[in-house]
Amino acid sequence: MIAAACCAVLTLLGAPLRAQDDAEKAVEKYRQMLKEDPWSNPGLLDSDRGEALWTTAAGPNKATLEKCDLGKGPGVVDGAFSELPRYFADADRVMDLETRLMWCMEKLQGFNHADLVKRPYPAGGQPVKDLGAIATYVAVKSNGLKFAAKLDKPQEQAAVAMGEAIFYRRQGPHDFGCTTCHNDSGRRIRLQGLPFLSEPKEAKEVVGQWPAYRVSTTQVMTMQHRLYDCYWQMRMPELEMGSDVSVALISYLTKNASGGEIATPGLKR
Amino acid sequence: MKRFFVTVAACCFAVSAQAQEKAKVDPAKVDAEIAKAFAAAPADWKPRLDQDETMKQCSLYRNAPPKNVAEEIQKRERALIKYPADGKLTGDWASGEKIAQSGYGLRFTDYPARQANGGNCYACHQLSKAEVSYGTIGPSLLNYGKNRNFSEADTKAVYDKIYDAQAAFPCSNMPRLGLHGVLTIDQIKDLVALVMSPDSPVNK
Repeated sequence: MIAAACCAVLTLLGAPLRAQDDAEKAVEKYRQMLKEDPWSNPGLLDSDRGEALWTTAAGPNKATLEKCDLGKGPGVVDGAFSELPRYFADADRVMDLETRLMWCMEKLQGFNHADLVKRPYPAGGQPVKDLGAIATYVAVKSNGLKFAAKLDKPQEQAAVAMGEAIFYRRQGPHDFGCTTCHNDSGRRIRLQGLPFLSEPKEAKEVVGQWPAYRVSTTQVMTMQHRLYDCYWQMRMPELEMGSDVSVALISYLTKNASGGEIATPGLKR
Repeated sequence: MKRFFVTVAACCFAVSAQAQEKAKVDPAKVDAEIAKAFAAAPADWKPRLDQDETMKQCSLYRNAPPKNVAEEIQKRERALIKYPADGKLTGDWASGEKIAQSGYGLRFTDYPARQANGGNCYACHQLSKAEVSYGTIGPSLLNYGKNRNFSEADTKAVYDKIYDAQAAFPCSNMPRLGLHGVLTIDQIKDLVALVMSPDSPVNK
């Protein structure tokens, strides 16, 4: 009788863990398959599209992005992502990858800033937009490298400190902040595991997977989009792409992930 | 359970000195950045950018306020709790289960509102045994009422925690669902029934 009761309790406790395990195992199996055959990652289609867009004349200026300076000199894509975010003297601000690409699209191609930040992310099931595809291409060109952004200039240090303060800021009708979900180890929302992002060990494991391919929405999601979606969940208004808040948060996360390997597009549920 | 909270409280106070030290950015500067990043928000959304005193303190102390601040928060939040006019704190657990399941409401894609707001309790808590998809940000509430003999004092405490969690646990991760009007008083009563009613699947 007691044994039966114990079994029942064990079964009961085991059920949610198993459900989580099953879902996580399925994604892990998919990740394993992609590791064995990296070219089967659906996100690479967007990376390829991004590569083509890099050399395609576009915008009012009919210019390509080949002279875009991502920090390692005009046109240098290899390894550029691993050293971002960084301070850019020409723009006099710290920029992450997407913010810098947007800057290049404005300065070189002549796109209008207001147009670029209007509806910058795709609806579920739609492919990542052009800027996100280019970001994916650039990120892929740092695969295998480790995050090595120095973030030691005063402006960069200020961005990291600001990102940290924003991470802990609570706001909105649910009192949420990044910290609500990402300030402890082993927690989950429903069955979705949550990384402990203020802890370098966990940040190193996950930050380098973005831009990531999301199986649930069958699309690549960039880091700026990821943050926008977090603020949606926090019941906040729409976070502007390339805002100092998103750059600061990315600077803080990248600092925490320093030394972590870049492996994009990661695979997410 | 009690020991768990004591341990948590002890940990909170231990890190508070460290947290105080770490808050090195002027909160006014953070507010200014937030205002800029959400500049395009409609006017009626702008109040969401602002923090009340409790949010400010929890942000500053990174959810681990020193004892005097914790007491201040608790006192302030307790005074904000409103009760049903008829004094009855429990409603319908079946309706409570639906509210606990729903995460709908107040996101920028939820307008115009198509249904009532949910409490999204399962996002963070285990409740009914049958629901295996639950989160672990908050403690398991399985058998919560049963373990407390369905007492009246605990029923009131549950109402208070749902209405304003910070009256019980300063800087708790849990939203102040009643205070912010995320849930109505009737919805909160239904959730109290879900947690505290002997007939509820939470206690079966």
